[in-house]
Amino acid sequence: MADHVHLEYVVEGDNFVSAGSATESVKACLKGMGVKPEDVRRVAISMYEGEINMVIHANGGKATADIYMDKVVITLADTGKGIADIELAMKPGYSTATDDVRSLGFGAGMGLPNMKKYADECLIESTVGVGTKVTLVTKFSA
Amino acid sequence: MTVQALAEMLSAKIINNADFTRQVATGYAGDLLSFVMGKAPADSAWFTVMTNINICAVAHLADVAVIVLCEDSEPMPGVTDRAKEQGINIISTSLDIFSAIKKVLNEGQI
Repeated sequence: MADHVHLEYVVEGDNFVSAGSATESVKACLKGMGVKPEDVRRVAISMYEGEINMVIHANGGKATADIYMDKVVITLADTGKGIADIELAMKPGYSTATDDVRSLGFGAGMGLPNMKKYADECLIESTVGVGTKVTLVTKFSA
Repeated sequence: MTVQALAEMLSAKIINNADFTRQVATGYAGDLLSFVMGKAPADSAWFTVMTNINICAVAHLADVAVIVLCEDSEPMPGVTDRAKEQGINIISTSLDIFSAIKKVLNEGQI
């Protein structure tokens, strides 16, 4: 038996109807595996923010989830425009979202802060013009 | 209190009844989705005027007990179908957000 479950998803850019479906799938899988509801919720919140960011800013990308006995590792990788100043992007309230996206209720500038708040580890690697990779590690509570 | 009791208290229209026996533990009000994701407690009633399809994903992922659409907001196309698929309770009231919450608090239910 494999030591963990590996899941992969293609996230479609600018599609606000399907947005969140990768996270929905990971949530269902964690729930089915008997992970505690509060841990599932933390994973879902942080992953959704990452998924939405790829929909809004990066013309989509690829999401993976590796589920171990004691943790889940989520990656969200895109080939979008990248983040010039990660520190600024992490600042609550800072957003580069368009008015159209804001009218849907996104673009509050809370996406990255939420990821940091709900994941135990949040690593953002980005190169302007090349893309961004976000790695989120959530450890399951005892 | 249950979602059913909340719906009756707010004279709300039923948009989707996934499980009205679900308990509402607390509440949260807001329209910016990342605020709701980050701050709405599990099992809360979420009071909003936002009606696009993304409210379903947010409510589902944040384990919200019921979405309370205020000011007679009508859900946008696709919302009801998605709510059925994902098992999300949605009700709609003519009250504005402040008045809806005031009513719930005045009746001492949350």
